[in-house]
Amino acid sequence: MIAQVIAANPRRRRLAQRIAFTLLTISTLSAFLALGAILYTMLANGASALSWEFLSQFPRKMMTEGGIYPALVGSFYLTAGAVIVALPFAMASAIWLSEYSRGGLWVRVIRVGVNSLAGVPSIVFGLLGLAFFVKVLGFGVSVLSGALTLALLILPILIRASEEALQAVPMNFREGALALGASKWHAVRTVVLPSAIPGILTGLVLGISRAIGETAPIMFTAAAFYMTRLPEALSDKVMALPYHIFVMATESPNYWRTRDLQFGAALVLLGMVLVMNLGAVTWRARVRRRKQW
Amino acid sequence: MRRRQQEARLGFLEGAPLDLRPTRATGVRGVATRIKERWDRPVFFGVSSISLVALGLILFFIFREAAPVLGEIGLANFFSARWSPTGSPPSYGALPMLTGSAMVTLAALLVSIPLGFGAAAFIAEVAPRWMKDVAKSVLELLAGVPSVVYGFFGLMIVAPALQAGLGLATGRTALTAAVILGIMALPTIASLAEDALTAVPDSYREASMALGATRWQTIRDVTFPAAFSGLIGASILGMGRAVGETMAVLMVAGNAPQITASLLKPVRTLTGTIALEMAETPFGSSHYHALFGLGVILLVIALITNGLAEWFRGRLARKHGR
Repeated sequence: MIAQVIAANPRRRRLAQRIAFTLLTISTLSAFLALGAILYTMLANGASALSWEFLSQFPRKMMTEGGIYPALVGSFYLTAGAVIVALPFAMASAIWLSEYSRGGLWVRVIRVGVNSLAGVPSIVFGLLGLAFFVKVLGFGVSVLSGALTLALLILPILIRASEEALQAVPMNFREGALALGASKWHAVRTVVLPSAIPGILTGLVLGISRAIGETAPIMFTAAAFYMTRLPEALSDKVMALPYHIFVMATESPNYWRTRDLQFGAALVLLGMVLVMNLGAVTWRARVRRRKQW
Repeated sequence: MRRRQQEARLGFLEGAPLDLRPTRATGVRGVATRIKERWDRPVFFGVSSISLVALGLILFFIFREAAPVLGEIGLANFFSARWSPTGSPPSYGALPMLTGSAMVTLAALLVSIPLGFGAAAFIAEVAPRWMKDVAKSVLELLAGVPSVVYGFFGLMIVAPALQAGLGLATGRTALTAAVILGIMALPTIASLAEDALTAVPDSYREASMALGATRWQTIRDVTFPAAFSGLIGASILGMGRAVGETMAVLMVAGNAPQITASLLKPVRTLTGTIALEMAETPFGSSHYHALFGLGVILLVIALITNGLAEWFRGRLARKHGR
């Protein structure tokens, strides 16, 4: 390799570098382009459908008119339920991994478990939800089954984010608290956790935005094609925004007549998810920069 | 009142005397106090197994519901080339879906691995600080776009464009799915590859430059080879994600269960078949069990790709002592 370097003509080497760096830049720009194209398409075609009525009304006339209100509410129920169920478990799990564990086999086993769970395809979560929550536990196709399925899906996301946030708290915070006579739990609760809150919240927002956009896990566990009322109990089916987009675009008998509504719904979903992600990402960057402990 | 304020301010000091008398933590205590103070470790230890419990549930139920594939359906039927659950006699051959998933995934990786590695190299080695942050944020946003939005975008924009451009009978083909899937796998591969490149110690780069190599020669001949196992890990994980992707593929792949070598024909994937047929399948029927059989294939692929990717990435970390 050294011979290669020395043998090469300097002008050719510089040209090669310029070409290569241009290609690397183009690869990066392809990501910008993809995001821009998706955003532009949804904005250009969906913005005209947006209105207060679109957000606040039920679909009408076989879903060819009206709004997406029940789908929005349904997505909110499912996501909120998933977070309420998953967050305490994820926090406790992260606290154990970061604060109490002393390394060893069990920690490795748990990490493998978390990573594997994160890699399980979302449709397989749907299958589990169907076999376990819907059938074995008898919850039926319902808000409850869907929220529990989504909770399992976001569990690894929340665990990883919380653990990372806890790990980022400097060791001398803990040592200070323990030296003052606080018990382990007392130190964690009053010193470590409050310092890790921004990081945990960032992870939470990312988890929420993931849960709100997922379709496959709720297809057979919670989602309804169309409902004339909002769900009143945990055992009711719900409409959900991503599933609504899917059925409107592919399975609805009038799919070609309702393109505006579909773009509008896709724009609302994309907008919510991007705003949450952008907020989380920029906030995280700011916290990291400011908190140099 | 003052005392309460003081307590609030001192927070974690509550209960801990400020002088050097033996504290509650070191003093002699009754069993009840000890239990009250020592609940934390066993409780957190117990709850920490929640992800294992979740994984166990998935393994148990997916395999249990798929078990009849071995019995009433038979492996010969399950690995035959004809998927026709409503035919008489019904046929549950998974081969068309296996080839469909493989084809779409591999074609997608042809898009996303070069672009992903290129973007990773740009971010890790070339870009100035501010552009690095912007590019990473864009990748993160791209990764956050819901798959149903990708599918809708593919259905409305990519499929018609390919249909018109290539003069096809339908725009919903393996190629369309591969393009969309390629975009979706790009952020995963790029950010993991960037991690791998960043893990290479700077001393490698400095040594290379000191020998007179240009930055590009350093990237090509030093950094990339040194990060090789991490790059392989990134690709494998990207592949695993692509195989498991459901909604986007379902909406643009065309969903014809056929075995074909042409990217310009509609194909069906494992995930797409489950999503398409599970809702109308009677609980406990052979068809239902066959769909769980497809789920087992997906689950096994996911666990293997995940394990392999972890191993490769771990190898990189061990090599560079992190």
